[in-house]
Amino acid sequence: MKDQSLYEYLLMLGDNSMILGHRLSELCGHGPSLETDIALTNISLDLFGQVRSYFQYAAELKGDEATEDSIAFLRFDRDYRNSIIVEQPNTDFAHVIVRQFLFDSYHVPLLEQLMHSEDETIAAIAAKSIKEAKYHLRFSSEWMKRLGDGTEESHQRTQAALNHLYPYLHELYHESPIEKEMKEQGIGADLSVVKDHSLATINEVIAEATLSIPESEPRMVRGKQGIHSEHMGFILSDLQFMQRAYPNMQW
Amino acid sequence: MENESIMKALWTVTDPEIPVLSIMDMGVVRQVDMENDLVVVSITPTYSGCPAMDTIGDDIKKALKEEGYQSRVKLVLAPAWTTDWITERGRKKLAEYGIAPPMEEAADKAALIDGERLVKCTHCGSTNTRMISQFGSTACKALFQCNECDEPFDYFKCLK
Ligand SMILES: [Zn+2]
Repeated sequence: MKDQSLYEYLLMLGDNSMILGHRLSELCGHGPSLETDIALTNISLDLFGQVRSYFQYAAELKGDEATEDSIAFLRFDRDYRNSIIVEQPNTDFAHVIVRQFLFDSYHVPLLEQLMHSEDETIAAIAAKSIKEAKYHLRFSSEWMKRLGDGTEESHQRTQAALNHLYPYLHELYHESPIEKEMKEQGIGADLSVVKDHSLATINEVIAEATLSIPESEPRMVRGKQGIHSEHMGFILSDLQFMQRAYPNMQW
Repeated sequence: MENESIMKALWTVTDPEIPVLSIMDMGVVRQVDMENDLVVVSITPTYSGCPAMDTIGDDIKKALKEEGYQSRVKLVLAPAWTTDWITERGRKKLAEYGIAPPMEEAADKAALIDGERLVKCTHCGSTNTRMISQFGSTACKALFQCNECDEPFDYFKCLK
């Protein structure tokens, strides 16, 4: 394929949103309150909408009868390019919110850069998605403060979730060879700039939430290269079941 | 391109989530072109994941077919849709339907983040209202409640 690197870059962008969207969709009907249930599934829907745009474009590049569905549902685990943080389970509401907040803090400045991509389609998707991502960040930031600065139990659980998830954050900032190539071509984002913005948001919200940044070392994980956590197999079996059992089925 | 019967047909297509509102008032139709005998309608999604878009596409084709036109619906992403494209008439219809129309950006932020009492209750008209949930029955709406008449209502969030 001529645009192999661009194709893989699109997978990276799409897979993060898809796996996180899938995690959030697991909460449909299980949210701690009606309002949060609706909010989280709405965020999930936004993310899936963004994924469709990325994968429709990726399918065009790939040709060979590839479709957004074949890309979403018919790859093996090693071919998914998402970061490990979005695979982490919905342990409790604090984990759901911290995972969302850390991702949103990265997602907004990422899209801010991609809006100016030399690639017109990526720029258009980013310009559309950023409006949604800003709402997500607003929602997750508010909950970070409410939980962190809430009761003793909510504070303690949120700090525990932060301790667990924070080490995974660094993979999002860590530039893979594909991301480097895309940045140099003016197509992809400069992750060092994304990192600065993301950390500034995190520091500000964490302080207001009376939480503290864990001192643990960043985890060296390689989801972007297709090396996933033990959770990924379970996610994919859920996600792919319908297309594997009933190939080419449509709603 | 100003073919009267084509435009008339497009005005009859409504948002499936808000049946009183034409997609023309919604600002979803961006362009109408002719390719020989084929009508090409360019539409833009309100939100990326909006499940109404597929239905809207089908409804457009159906409405045009009834007028004797074959058509194709093209989804365009740029420029991204904004609530500024909802017409004055559309805003009125939203309010009549029970959905408070989007305010301009600064007021929207003040209402959604700082909890300022700015959104007008669609039942009694009071602005003594509060946000219950930033996300409502669909991604484009927030859920509010009126402190005067106690009734809940949707607010169409500003998207810029
Ligand atoms: Zn009222």
